[in-house]
Amino acid sequence: MKPNKYMNPYLAGLLLGLLLVVTIYITGHGLGASGAAKSVVIYSLESIAPAHSENVPYLQDFNATHEGSPLKTWLVFEILGALLGAFISGVLANRLKFTVEHHSGITSKTRLVAALIGGALFGFGAQLGRGCTSGAALSGMAVFSTGGILTMIAIFGGGYLFAYFFRKLWIN
Amino acid sequence: MGPLVPEFINNELNLVFAVLIGIAFGFILESAGFSSSKKLAGVFYGYDFTVLRVFFTAGVTAMVGVLVLSHNGLLDLELIYVNPLFLWSAIVGGLIMGLGFVIGGYCPGTSMCAIMIGKIDAMVFVLGAMLGIWGFIEGYPIFEGLYTGYDFGIPQVSQTLNMPLGLFAFLMIVVAFGSYWLVGIIEKKATKNVVVDTTSKRSMIVITVVALIIGLVASTLKPEKAMILDKINDSAYTSSFEINTISSDELALRFIYKDKSLQVIDIRNSKDFQTMTLPSATNLSLNDFFTKSSKNIFNLEDKVNIIVGDNDVNSKKGYILAKELGFENVLQLKGGFNQFKSDIIDFKSSSTMEANLTDTQRFRREASSIVPVLIEKSKPKVIEKQKVRALGGCG
Repeated sequence: MKPNKYMNPYLAGLLLGLLLVVTIYITGHGLGASGAAKSVVIYSLESIAPAHSENVPYLQDFNATHEGSPLKTWLVFEILGALLGAFISGVLANRLKFTVEHHSGITSKTRLVAALIGGALFGFGAQLGRGCTSGAALSGMAVFSTGGILTMIAIFGGGYLFAYFFRKLWIN
Repeated sequence: MGPLVPEFINNELNLVFAVLIGIAFGFILESAGFSSSKKLAGVFYGYDFTVLRVFFTAGVTAMVGVLVLSHNGLLDLELIYVNPLFLWSAIVGGLIMGLGFVIGGYCPGTSMCAIMIGKIDAMVFVLGAMLGIWGFIEGYPIFEGLYTGYDFGIPQVSQTLNMPLGLFAFLMIVVAFGSYWLVGIIEKKATKNVVVDTTSKRSMIVITVVALIIGLVASTLKPEKAMILDKINDSAYTSSFEINTISSDELALRFIYKDKSLQVIDIRNSKDFQTMTLPSATNLSLNDFFTKSSKNIFNLEDKVNIIVGDNDVNSKKGYILAKELGFENVLQLKGGFNQFKSDIIDFKSSSTMEANLTDTQRFRREASSIVPVLIEKSKPKVIEKQKVRALGGCG
């Protein structure tokens, strides 16, 4: 069976925007993603290397300001839901398939190395920028935050700035 | 009034909402095609602008939604999380994320969705993201200066650009729809006429017109609080407002008779309040009137609230604001604190001849020796501000 078509982008945007408003109305804050990854990293570090973690200044600060397990946060639960939601959408649209998606001009291996490096940069940048495309850029825009909008401009501006140098990964 | 957390929804229930909101979030991202790195990266190479369309539409929708809610008094903008501005860490962090985007083809949220439909490159991307976060945690002392420097607080565009929120939302809608038309042309060229966005030209015209109309309406919206404050600063409105007043003499008399129902609301600045205020006074700024704790103070049973500003104009504003907010049993002190001070506290009789004094002057002479003692005895009450902003963000 062929995968179904994607949702109309304006409809998807409208729904995403409304979801964001509902989220702000209920919780007082927006959507997020990288924060959940950070919780998992902190939990893993403290479980695997407890002695080392105690000496990491960042974690000392974090534990002083956060109660309970780092996994029991709003963003972790939200992302668990998001994983489920994406899976449901994938099932309904016939898109489930183990694959390394890449441009025909590069090998799977190149794509995976690029994904690892890109992921590392994004994860690091999201810490410095206090949130990623979801938590800083989109949610920041919704609440008219100067900081969030500036981060958004920097993310997309940075993308266009560096796009030329990595064009071989995506286009002929 | 929103946000519903923590007042109406406790933390446990909030986590249930987190899962439900997450399901919708993941479903929308995947359905829009954000589980494909090729589609995402297209925005940077001109062959697929889906990211821009979805992202921008979501952004302006949310802006208008937040404005509509606050305009109708359903959402308190002072309680919601606003991402702070740390200038250089926002810019440098954003640029690094942009670099990660063109190399890795995902952002964190989209990569997690892509994992669920089997994208192995997305699994590796998330692994990389965790390594990047780990690197930041371990190396934090090195980046701390950049991370915590150039702290500008939590400004909104209204302050930064000196522009009403509604106007900004309208301009963003214009920019968004202008860009939709522009990127359609770029896309056609880059893909050599392969249609990426299947929205018909006719529907596009309809959506654009509808969005611009919504934008025009939105540009007139203001948070409810700002509207009420505008109203009380509008002299045409306030001059026709019916005001119940109390004179300095009557107030002094009620102080002397130790009238327990009196509750003085001193709206002057806290410095003046600390220096000298009236007996049993509570210091609230006009801004404080909007808080829940103020509502509780005003609506105490069997209390008459006397609004005291510096002068008559200020006191009147405070009175009207209290009425606008629906508070009961409010009176305005005529002439405000200044007049009370000159009438009663600093009373100097013009004549030493007892027979020449009017009753009012005799009363004031009496009061001028009693009231200062009462003021001395009663300690001013400073109200603890209860507003606590929601925590958020995902740094």
